[in-house]
Amino acid sequence: MGKSIIQKIWSSHQVVQEENKPDLLYIDLHYIHEVTSPQAFEGLRLKERSVRRPDRTFATMDHNVPTYNRYFIQDETARNQLDALAKNCKEFGIRLADLDSEEQGIVHVIGPELGLTNPGMTIVCGDSHTSTHGAFGALAFGIGTSEVEHVLATQTLWQTRPKTLKLQINGTLQDGVTAKDLILYIISKFGVTFGTGYVIEYCGDVISSMSMEERMTVCNMSIEGGARAGLVSPDETTFSYLKGRKYVPAGIEFEREADRWRSFASDPDAEYDKELVIEGSEISPMVSWGTNPGMCSPVDENIPTLEAAKSSSDKKSLASALQYMGLHEGMEIEAIPVQHVFIGSCTNSRMEDLRAAAQWVKGKKVKDGVRAIVVPGSQNIKKLAEAESLHLIFTQAGFEWRDSGCSMCLSMNPDYVPSGEHCASTSNRNFEGRQGAGARTHLVSPVMAAAAAVYGRFVDIRKEEYSRTEAVNSY
Amino acid sequence: MKPITIVTGKAAILDRANVDTDQIIPKQFLKRIERTGFGQFLFYNWRFDEQGAERDDFELNHPQNKGASILIAGENFGCGSSREHAPWSLLDYGFNIIIAPSFADIFYQNCFKNGILPIKLTHEETALLMSVCTDGKQEITVDLPNQLVKAGDGFRTEFDIHPYWKELLVNGWDEISITLRYDSKIEAFEKASGI
Repeated sequence: MGKSIIQKIWSSHQVVQEENKPDLLYIDLHYIHEVTSPQAFEGLRLKERSVRRPDRTFATMDHNVPTYNRYFIQDETARNQLDALAKNCKEFGIRLADLDSEEQGIVHVIGPELGLTNPGMTIVCGDSHTSTHGAFGALAFGIGTSEVEHVLATQTLWQTRPKTLKLQINGTLQDGVTAKDLILYIISKFGVTFGTGYVIEYCGDVISSMSMEERMTVCNMSIEGGARAGLVSPDETTFSYLKGRKYVPAGIEFEREADRWRSFASDPDAEYDKELVIEGSEISPMVSWGTNPGMCSPVDENIPTLEAAKSSSDKKSLASALQYMGLHEGMEIEAIPVQHVFIGSCTNSRMEDLRAAAQWVKGKKVKDGVRAIVVPGSQNIKKLAEAESLHLIFTQAGFEWRDSGCSMCLSMNPDYVPSGEHCASTSNRNFEGRQGAGARTHLVSPVMAAAAAVYGRFVDIRKEEYSRTEAVNSY
Repeated sequence: MKPITIVTGKAAILDRANVDTDQIIPKQFLKRIERTGFGQFLFYNWRFDEQGAERDDFELNHPQNKGASILIAGENFGCGSSREHAPWSLLDYGFNIIIAPSFADIFYQNCFKNGILPIKLTHEETALLMSVCTDGKQEITVDLPNQLVKAGDGFRTEFDIHPYWKELLVNGWDEISITLRYDSKIEAFEKASGI
């Protein structure tokens, strides 16, 4: 019997296996940021412990960073947290992509971009969207601050072996349907807990034909379906993305690495604890209308009715979500008004996302009364996008063009949505208050967000002039 | 970390599914660099109105739930962000036991590192326990060594927990000091892997 990539990575990282204990797993790479690390460093200091492998630890500032006037941080607690990270990195000898570094950006954007994230690795970060790195065929998952401290001190974690779930997506996606729509569709179809206790391996024609950036969008939201990690077996797309990146070896050493990476791909006869299959052609552009990412529908449909709820508990959740969102049952998705648009976050802030949105926006105008912002995922992406003049397309249309950071995804910085207003957002969570107290978030793809900015409501992008293939490949 | 063995306390019921960590501790309170003092911000947006007054309609504000140390909640408790500020705020508020039909994976792990016991019961058991714990009869006994939950009117059920997490909680151990005993094995692993 063959092995899945999950089993291969697991067995090659076991340091200790004892009865009645989880496995002690070696961690190849540890990303840290300002919000979930200060208490971990303080813990080390109190016990006079050191960082075992500073060379396998990489830090950046993202959650608290303002996306304009970034050196002028008015919030003192935010500033303290950023200062604490800089001080901790200096004291413990950890590489830091500081505010003035050209490497700075959202942790899950810069890791892949710099070539730090490689196939076959175990990767952790005190952030649930660490699952993003699974796109490279790495076992990557979010951890709490105590585990951050544990990894800093020991470069390992005690982990129980997860169950494995194979999620196959056959066929192709329709024009106008993106990786974001795919993952929203998966979560709405199978629910917000279908992945709990599992690591998901995404496969099938739709996944193999995706770019690395699209795969990152899919893996990023695995956690919204309950799975700590989601991954894709590495293939030629993976290797060609990595080739030439800053921290990836070159020449003959690259070839050697690629051969090793290839060996992690799942065997064709690998077995899984659970298997699910969906058809890519079934999927429409998705819009979330509720307060968890499972609460979304195809743009050309309506918000469900209370009567259609499967259980009394579902009915209660639906009623409470609609009350928070200021929407009513059975309402057309296309009738939902939009006052804010956010294109950014670790889900959708990479070059292809910005190109797709810009291509559609070109020559159009943001509707009066709509405030729209574009926040590149990293300073490097900002630079590349400006080299392609994407910023001009956005600003001429009326979008604001910002510096990189987590921005309005969780509003720990000056960017937020005012109470009671609706935001078309390319981020990953539509929880109550996520984008600001009382803010009403609608999760969508970048091109759907761009269209919402122009129309001031949601529209079916398939009915507009738009081609996915062109958007990804034309630049 | 404070050990947990046999605990008797008052239970509060939060009969809501998918309670996410953004609700448990909203993001504006994540900027502190200490581990302590988060209890005052627990469920902030549900607990307080815009003027900072307690909302009467929120479960934990009901007079009979004041002083509770056990929280009974709906499925998928603690979903969303990995923020450990969520267990820190629950513990600081006074909860060291949480009972639910299911927990999000990261939150579940985070509990064990902080002296909080998350107990998974079935949907039926949780519903029954919620119905038993009303009308001021809210006292529950949790016996971690024997993996039992007991409540008035004869409610008694066993629960599963991984023996390792149980050992950590019962003894209040610091996990890093356990791992550091395996230092030579970690070093050997690094050497063998050439890293």
